[in-house]
Amino acid sequence: MDKFTGKSVFKGVAMGNVVVLDKKDKPVVREKITDTDSEVARVDVAVAEGIKQLGALYDKALKEVGEASAAIFEAHQMMIEDMDYNDSIKNIIRTENVNAEFAVAVAGDNFAEMFAAMDDDYMRARAADIRDVSNRLINILQGNEVVDFSSMEPSVIIADDLTPSETVQMDKEKILAFVTVHGSTNSHTAILARMMNIPALVSVDMDLSKIKNGTLAVVDGIKGEVTFDPSAEMQSEVKKQIKKQEEQAELLNQLKGKENVTKSGKKINIYANIGAVSDVALVLENDASGIGLFRSEFLYLGREDYPSEEEQFRAYKQVAQNMADKKVIIRTLDIGADKKVDYFNLGEEDNPALGYRAIRICLKQPDIFKTQLRALLRAAVYGNISIMYPMIISVAEVRKIKEIVKEVADELTSLGIEYRIPEQGIMIETPASVIMSEELAKEVDFFSIGTNDLTQYTLAIDRQNANLDDFYDSHHPAVLRMIKMATDNAHKAGIWCGICGELGADTELTEEFVKMGLDELSVSPSMVLKLRKIVREMD
Amino acid sequence: MKSFDYVIKDEVGIHARPAGLLVKEAKNYDSKITVCKGDKSAEATKLMALMAMGVKCGDTVTVNVEGGDEEATFASIKDFFENNL
Repeated sequence: MDKFTGKSVFKGVAMGNVVVLDKKDKPVVREKITDTDSEVARVDVAVAEGIKQLGALYDKALKEVGEASAAIFEAHQMMIEDMDYNDSIKNIIRTENVNAEFAVAVAGDNFAEMFAAMDDDYMRARAADIRDVSNRLINILQGNEVVDFSSMEPSVIIADDLTPSETVQMDKEKILAFVTVHGSTNSHTAILARMMNIPALVSVDMDLSKIKNGTLAVVDGIKGEVTFDPSAEMQSEVKKQIKKQEEQAELLNQLKGKENVTKSGKKINIYANIGAVSDVALVLENDASGIGLFRSEFLYLGREDYPSEEEQFRAYKQVAQNMADKKVIIRTLDIGADKKVDYFNLGEEDNPALGYRAIRICLKQPDIFKTQLRALLRAAVYGNISIMYPMIISVAEVRKIKEIVKEVADELTSLGIEYRIPEQGIMIETPASVIMSEELAKEVDFFSIGTNDLTQYTLAIDRQNANLDDFYDSHHPAVLRMIKMATDNAHKAGIWCGICGELGADTELTEEFVKMGLDELSVSPSMVLKLRKIVREMD
Repeated sequence: MKSFDYVIKDEVGIHARPAGLLVKEAKNYDSKITVCKGDKSAEATKLMALMAMGVKCGDTVTVNVEGGDEEATFASIKDFFENNL
């Protein structure tokens, strides 16, 4: 039994086999080869193995997720055995006298670049498929263990650190728990873990190279401990705990369909935060009465170029339609700070959290903003969409946004494209916006308080810095007073005010928030029913 | 050599999945099948080359069938285009 401690992000217990995500892949080096024939033969062997791996993935995916999703592996299979691709690899080996790994890397880059240069978003995205296929071949050639989430049994993921886009790409059904060496309790990965309702530990001081894939591990998010090779005694104890957890979940299920109302009849809306179109399933499953925060930046992450208007329109429309006439509040892009995207070319900043991000990018590069607004205005025809703007600090910004929205609407009118200007609100996440909330409230339809950034900016604490977790008091009275002030000013102007930050899900504060008169709390889907229970038990 | 012109009806054009289907189909025949659009062309057995042509819905492609059992291949590949693309 090996035990390590870390900081817990989600208080739950899980047990399962470990998959170690070691990102320190061996580098591909160029080696001089004299026997090119045997190098070419290595390629053939690797391709055959790749086809086999992909075939196994296809079969598994077909059984578990159906033909449409499995087709990707079939396409990869065809790419890996594509004649031109194979010829190109072998040609590089023969003409440059280089090793197979290097030839695959070069050929893969060439083909990926060819697709990346095409004038079609879909085809551009295929560049990633080719890189994926080439990486698979290189891993086979190097004899690396390949971690394939799609074929993975539900597992405990152990990694050095995970980026938000890596976390997003994982199949939520396959992940029992996360344990990372780095990361803080307020990083985006931690937030995602909370949202997915799975135990997660960060800042765990362990040596990844000593942990073997397949080792049994217990992740205890209550104690903040991960135990490898747990004793039989511990295993049976944990099984009991997991059973209790499931019973609790079942109890919460019984609250489905009930109103969020206190015994004295005070009502509050409990909405859900989501980060992808597919999360709508979680929203509906947990019976949230709307989506209080749809983080649109996930459309921008994990890709190589801006998402097109059509692509965005389809995503927004789909969510709006799936939610029927329930409210869907879509936040315009919040790229920057800790969410980096290469193609935005944001450059290095000394102080990214205080830098060029969110609405600031939108106002300085209105083309990016207008594409998103066009998609939103068009999608608003299909459901109860609201638009929310992040990182506002002044009334002038809001007026500028309204001008741009009007321009977009006029363009759509002149093109004869159907659209609707929906309800528009702002995030209250800077101290400036709280202090200006009386004036801001007269300009918009609603406020939603982003408590994560509001806390970070009010307390001057970097939420990515694990060293500061001890100073980060999420219940700091300064923050709570700010929330009260924004709420009061919203009500004075006759608009509604909610919370969409992590604090909204803090069950110790629910009663206080209801008393403050907040109209809405938007939380991760898994917290919706827990909050409903608290509200219904309140006087 | 026999050939026919075809207007792509699949709303996504010759993307990965339809291209994959075509490659699978084309590998069943001895004849050499070539798909041409403008000055670009690709053998129907080559996935990446097909995809790289960037054929979209509404584009006209010319399909050439050469060698092997031309007659029979021509008829079934034409059928295949009409049913799948």
